[in-house]
Amino acid sequence: MFELFSSSWIDVGAVEDVPVRGARVVKTPLGCVAVFRTADNEVFALEDRCPHKGGPLSQGIVHGASVTCPLHNWVISLQTGEVEGPDEGRTTSIPSKIQSGRILLSRAALAARNAA
Amino acid sequence: MAQKLIVIGAGMAAGRLLEEIFDREPGAYDVTLFNAEPRGVYNRIMLSPVLAGDTTYEEIVTQDDAWYAKHGVKTHFGCAVTAVDPTAKTVTDAKGGVHTYDKLIVATGSNPFIIPVPGHDLPGVVAYRDLEDTEAMAKLAKTPNAKAVVIGGGLLGLEAAAGMRIHGAEVTVLHLMPTLMERQLDEAAGSLLRRSLEEKGVKVLTGANTEAVMGDAETGVTGVRLKDGTEIPADLVCMAVGIRPNAGLGKEIGLEINRGVIVDDQMRTSLPDIYAVGECVEHRGQVYGLVAPLYEMAKVLAAHLTGDAEAAYVGSVTSTKLKVTGCDVFSAGDFAEGEGREEIVFRDAAKGVYKRIVLENDKIVGAVMFGDTADGSYFFQLLKDGSDVSDIRETLIFGPAFANGSSLDPMAAVAALPDEAEICGCNGVCKGAIVEAITSKGLTTLGEVQAHTKASSSCGTCAGLVEQVMALTLGDGFEKKTVQPMCGCTDLTHMDVRRLIRAKQLTSIPDVLQALEWKTSCGCAKCRPALNYYLLAEWPGDAVDDNQSRFINERVHANIQKDGTYSVVPRMWGGMTSADELRAIADVVDKYDIPSVKVTGGQRIDMLGVKKEDLPAVWDDLGKAGFVSGHAYAKGLRTVKTCVGKDWCRFGTQDSTGLGIQLEKRLWGSWTPAKVKLAVSGCPRNCAEATCKDIGVVCVDSGYEISFAGAAGLDVKETEMLCKVETEAQVFEHVEALLQLYREEAQYLHRMYKWLAQVGMEHIQQRVVQDAESRKALAGRFHFSQSIFQRDPWAERAKGAVDGHEFKPMADVA
Repeated sequence: MFELFSSSWIDVGAVEDVPVRGARVVKTPLGCVAVFRTADNEVFALEDRCPHKGGPLSQGIVHGASVTCPLHNWVISLQTGEVEGPDEGRTTSIPSKIQSGRILLSRAALAARNAA
Repeated sequence: MAQKLIVIGAGMAAGRLLEEIFDREPGAYDVTLFNAEPRGVYNRIMLSPVLAGDTTYEEIVTQDDAWYAKHGVKTHFGCAVTAVDPTAKTVTDAKGGVHTYDKLIVATGSNPFIIPVPGHDLPGVVAYRDLEDTEAMAKLAKTPNAKAVVIGGGLLGLEAAAGMRIHGAEVTVLHLMPTLMERQLDEAAGSLLRRSLEEKGVKVLTGANTEAVMGDAETGVTGVRLKDGTEIPADLVCMAVGIRPNAGLGKEIGLEINRGVIVDDQMRTSLPDIYAVGECVEHRGQVYGLVAPLYEMAKVLAAHLTGDAEAAYVGSVTSTKLKVTGCDVFSAGDFAEGEGREEIVFRDAAKGVYKRIVLENDKIVGAVMFGDTADGSYFFQLLKDGSDVSDIRETLIFGPAFANGSSLDPMAAVAALPDEAEICGCNGVCKGAIVEAITSKGLTTLGEVQAHTKASSSCGTCAGLVEQVMALTLGDGFEKKTVQPMCGCTDLTHMDVRRLIRAKQLTSIPDVLQALEWKTSCGCAKCRPALNYYLLAEWPGDAVDDNQSRFINERVHANIQKDGTYSVVPRMWGGMTSADELRAIADVVDKYDIPSVKVTGGQRIDMLGVKKEDLPAVWDDLGKAGFVSGHAYAKGLRTVKTCVGKDWCRFGTQDSTGLGIQLEKRLWGSWTPAKVKLAVSGCPRNCAEATCKDIGVVCVDSGYEISFAGAAGLDVKETEMLCKVETEAQVFEHVEALLQLYREEAQYLHRMYKWLAQVGMEHIQQRVVQDAESRKALAGRFHFSQSIFQRDPWAERAKGAVDGHEFKPMADVA
């Protein structure tokens, strides 16, 4: 109930800080995380690495709930991190939520990324 | 004996609660009702019709003095509650009266959120919450030449704006987000709503960040200033940016509070015998601001208070309707796209209708519609019931009329048309004439029908209809021409889309998606960049560049590399440079620790491996040395390569270097369908390799040979001759006209040689060489376009003023 103040979520900024149909980068000790905002104002967070050749997904074009990687046009689902279409692969998805206009990322998921 | 029930607040939730209690068990409670406002319960959601003059306050009062008397309710209106003692179970009011209770209801509602900008407390700033606000707005709006600003383009703000506009006030809506009502609508519906409001005379500014309300305490409000410096004069400012649960009293009492007073499924607070209901509560993490959930809560609480142990509130699914005459908007549920979700989109461009249903596991999870909302409640019911719609999916979007009938056959509709029905409006061709032409002349292709009847040969919007007539007439003999559609979002080709953007005067991406009946709600990574280019090329100065529809390189004006760093190529006019320029580049390379420096094939210097965050500072340093962007990343003019020409070369016939520099200065900054590379050689030995460029000029003794449509990439092609001219001025006019024709006609991502293959040399020579008037007009349009687009994107971004968010991480959680 008081998640905003507890340590399980990290506040990384306001929803408006991310352009609609765009993305911003959050730096972490384990590498960058891409925070996306869709046309419907949903927010998703993924490891900022395409499973194909490590392209920075934060730089891609956001359409629907997907992003197209800027390097070789692989399409990644923002919800699951899975590659869509004929290609295969998955990038780590980080649980996120919006509370009172702020974007919160799961602290545990951020910390656990490199273990995988 | 009746129990004592004290209700704090006489809003819509409290009103409905009392009605339900008296209905279920009259006499069970002895009710005392407090309200800080000096009146009883009225239908607050009808304030917009009151503002618009469609009804009056008297009409919307739901509980009057007689009603309270009949039910024995003791009323204390205009009298706030100042303290509650939960142990003694007493309430103290502002007049010092102390009242005991058995059960206490907190129904303190919500407060409008006032943005704490300078001037927010000036006279003339109102919220849109109660009758006083409504009356203030109605009074102002009826004054001649009144000007009002509404901050907030949500439900309430738009109703306030439309209401004031009806009385003749000049109204401007300021909305922080890019889309109106973005919490309820998607981009497509928001864009239609905006257009509809603008047609009513309401001005709408999106992305408008209010900095201050201007004015002083004596004269009151004079206007609003935005963060970008824009000032909008106003006599009244209505802040309608949202509401916050009013949990102040609850907090004083000692109830558990988060955003609102926390209640369980029986509306119980954290203290015994104290309940809360309405907009002041937080239930399962949700707070509500619409009337339906408040009524549901009131019903549950009334049942609970009259002995129904089973009654439980489990949260609400809400739907929204905008109460603005002529703007029919409906929204319900969650319509975001996502894995496992499918959407059904229906657009009727002629009628201005947009409907979108989002399905998950064969159930409706969201619906948004504009223009025709008659089926809103039908979809909402299916959504709330969680009905499986797989059986009616084919015709679902057409509403209940078709839900249980046979599936729709568009061919049947065409078959049913009489012979005199008009198919092509532009050329006045009816169905009978098309059928007659097909049968008597043995036509089998759309092209033949267009040639013989002229049907669909102008704007082309009826081409689909003509094809259906052909299919009906020819039966199996008709084979639809297989064309490559632009992408999976549409059946139209690139060329169809370009033509229709022009014919229908479409100026924004949402306009195109609606008018051309796109099958997705917001396009994809293939069509969006193409549409953005087509719009900018067609309507320079009017179409707004959509950054999010651009590929990353054009968004940040550098070339992304495989490791996520960027390369930076400054412009070197005609390939000429100087000691000062080279020194500046060397300094930048040292200062920003740039790992690689390379000379490019286009006679430029490329700095590779620049960190994205460093780009603005790199550009700033390069700008100080006189460099502008080399657009090495753009679908636009890249480089003009030159040889040294007659200044130095013993074979040189003309000043090829000077000509190349002048060409580059005229052409740089223009957006084109694909990259454009030029070269100018000073003699037929062609050291600048002009004959494998998009446009090449080869100087000869008697003048200049202009050729184009060469390539040295995926395909290797020699250029083809356009014409030979005698003066540099003629070179400029011909090259500019050629480039403009390419900009206007080619398919996105097609380089010039593909365009030539598509339209043919005869057409291009006719427009650029033979027809002098056409050439001048093309060059004129190019000059106009350049007056808009020839700007250095680096200079604009060097100081961080433009797109600063692109270059800075959002947060660092190290």
